[in-house]
Amino acid sequence: MANNPDLGTAFGRDEPAFVPYLAAGDPDYEASIGYVEALARGGADVIELGLPFSEPIAEGKTIQDAIVRALDAGMTPDRYFEFVEDVDVDVPLVCMTYYNLIYQYGDEDGPRSFVEKAADVGLTGFVVPDLPAEEADPLRTACDEFGLDLVFIVAPTTRGERLDEMREQVSGYVYVQARLGTTGARDDVSDQTDESLARIDDWKVPKAVGFGIKKGDHAARIVRAGADGVIVGSALVDIVAEGTESDEPVSAVADRLETRARELKQGALRGARERAKAGGD
Amino acid sequence: MSETGKFGEYGGQYVPEALMPAIEELTDAYERYVLNNEDGFMNEFRERLRDFGGRPTPLQYADQLSGAYDAEVYLKREDLLHGGAHKLNNALGQVLLAKYMGKDRIIAETGAGQHGTATAMAAAHLDMPCEIYMGRTDINRQRPNVFRMRLNGAEVNPVTVGRGTLKEAISETMRDWATTVETTHYVIGSIVGPDPFPRMVRDFHSVISEEMREQSRERLGRLPDSVVACAGGGSNTMGAFAEFAEDDEVELIAVEAGGSSLAVDEEEGVAPNSATLSTGDEGVLHGARTKLLQDSDGQIMESHSVSAGLDYAGVGPELAHLVDTGRVRPVNVDDDAALEGFHRLSQEEGIIPALETAHAFGYLHENPDAVGDVTVINVSGRGDKDLQTVIEETEQRDLDVDVDMSVFDTAGGAM
Ligand SMILES: Cc1ncc(COP(=O)(O)O)c(C=O)c1O
Repeated sequence: MANNPDLGTAFGRDEPAFVPYLAAGDPDYEASIGYVEALARGGADVIELGLPFSEPIAEGKTIQDAIVRALDAGMTPDRYFEFVEDVDVDVPLVCMTYYNLIYQYGDEDGPRSFVEKAADVGLTGFVVPDLPAEEADPLRTACDEFGLDLVFIVAPTTRGERLDEMREQVSGYVYVQARLGTTGARDDVSDQTDESLARIDDWKVPKAVGFGIKKGDHAARIVRAGADGVIVGSALVDIVAEGTESDEPVSAVADRLETRARELKQGALRGARERAKAGGD
Repeated sequence: MSETGKFGEYGGQYVPEALMPAIEELTDAYERYVLNNEDGFMNEFRERLRDFGGRPTPLQYADQLSGAYDAEVYLKREDLLHGGAHKLNNALGQVLLAKYMGKDRIIAETGAGQHGTATAMAAAHLDMPCEIYMGRTDINRQRPNVFRMRLNGAEVNPVTVGRGTLKEAISETMRDWATTVETTHYVIGSIVGPDPFPRMVRDFHSVISEEMREQSRERLGRLPDSVVACAGGGSNTMGAFAEFAEDDEVELIAVEAGGSSLAVDEEEGVAPNSATLSTGDEGVLHGARTKLLQDSDGQIMESHSVSAGLDYAGVGPELAHLVDTGRVRPVNVDDDAALEGFHRLSQEEGIIPALETAHAFGYLHENPDAVGDVTVINVSGRGDKDLQTVIEETEQRDLDVDVDMSVFDTAGGAM
């Protein structure tokens, strides 16, 4: 999968991007490959592929459980790189993980070995929830060396100088955290989203909104508010969890993922049409 | 970030973006109120530590141990601080600071339950609502402290992921904080976490070594040859060491939990010990770069110690740095030695220590020649919380020091 389009191309098309997340290896390697491919069939434009870390402090219960399943089934950084090579999708894959795994990889201290390997297997960039801009210089430098993107998360609490600092370091897209707290599907869309989008209105990178988005209607609402992309994790991981618990056949779970992906992508497209009609950009 | 937030290569602020503004706000409050005593914060803190906490704590000469080990052994009696452990120094400082900052809710993690108890007491004392996260394993092995927290009006939230110990409790408290950060202060329980916590928690505890230093000068006319303290995250440790940092003639000895073995099971991801300073290597956990028990991929290991308060795969970044520079000597003793230390101090000095503290006495017993002519041992806490564990663990082993509980059988079960 070394020739996938870059994030610029994925977001550059004339429609909002759908960016799903799954934890690689949940509930096992083979099934997970099938699930990621199902998301691509369902209309994913970019996929955030989680590399499970034992202490996921930004994650709610749904993704914590997914990480436990994947780790129990033997997921490691090296298996993850194999996974990226094995999975047959033609959209950019972004590695979502915690800094210690990036830092420890390979013989040298620091993130360079991990980034080199990531570039080698065809990953496009990183989201690292426990790496604020203040600590990101070494990873940013390594990403520049190997031509990868580094996505930062803008939280509802992010203001002032911190925004400027992130704006200088971010590439690929900016992850707009729709609400305070940890990941997890919710039944409503937070009002904080509009404010957060307004604060970074003039940034050049595409803005993708995530945290708590579950349904097509949520996706539409977020795109109407001005987002260039919609990130959905827990609502999809919930499908994997349910399927695993009830011993559903892998193909049936994959079908449900594909259907949900399609609903979310359609929701995003509908949001874009409504925004155009309302005289937005 | 200001350079003061790093200890050599260690420390830093590796936290989710949502928490960063709160950490900046806390840094500002720490600098103003703690470092610059704005609005008389430190005066109020010291007064409350005296009146509510019972400071200063005594420096006591230990007659029996001194005779047994042929050294002058002094005990810094943090077990006599209100709540029964050093933990109140920090808990009271942070809850008071939260009040000055205008926060209206307190959360904290706890391992042994001592920090949770101290935080619950401080929160009740200062009239703040308080919630404590505690691992399921620790709730079961430190029941008396769960009662105490509840009695002081704190909610206790069980954490069921993983092994259900301190590591999981910290992660879960950070998740709460990421949700409630605008109104809530996270009272972290040791010198761990993102800057400014390690500096600030050290400063609140450094009253221990400040008193030790003064008391040594008054009583002995000199400083001790060594200061010995147990180390989990390392807050009683840095509290006991901080004011001696520049006194090169005073050796600083941090005693970690050797658990059941120093060997590591990579396959299972288990390190049956908590000897992070002695055996860990550098990585990033819970907001800081520090020494960690981790596998070669960087996954955090499940640690083990018979004492819940030492059972943690990380350690304070400042201690990690001081070990690298050679200023602090890391040592460890295993579960058996700690249990024997517990019984010995109980029988010979009439002080029932916390199992955490007992590690320091286990070390003294195994290495009486390593502490010089005059040593101060930090008695970080008392052992009431550990009675159940100690009786059970002692029954399972063949220890050199022991105690017979057959009186219950003799008395029978009748009331
Ligand atoms: C009595 C006592 N001593 C020591 C510790 C270990 O903590 P630290 O290493 O931060 O002093 C604890 C922790 O709960 C404790 O309760």
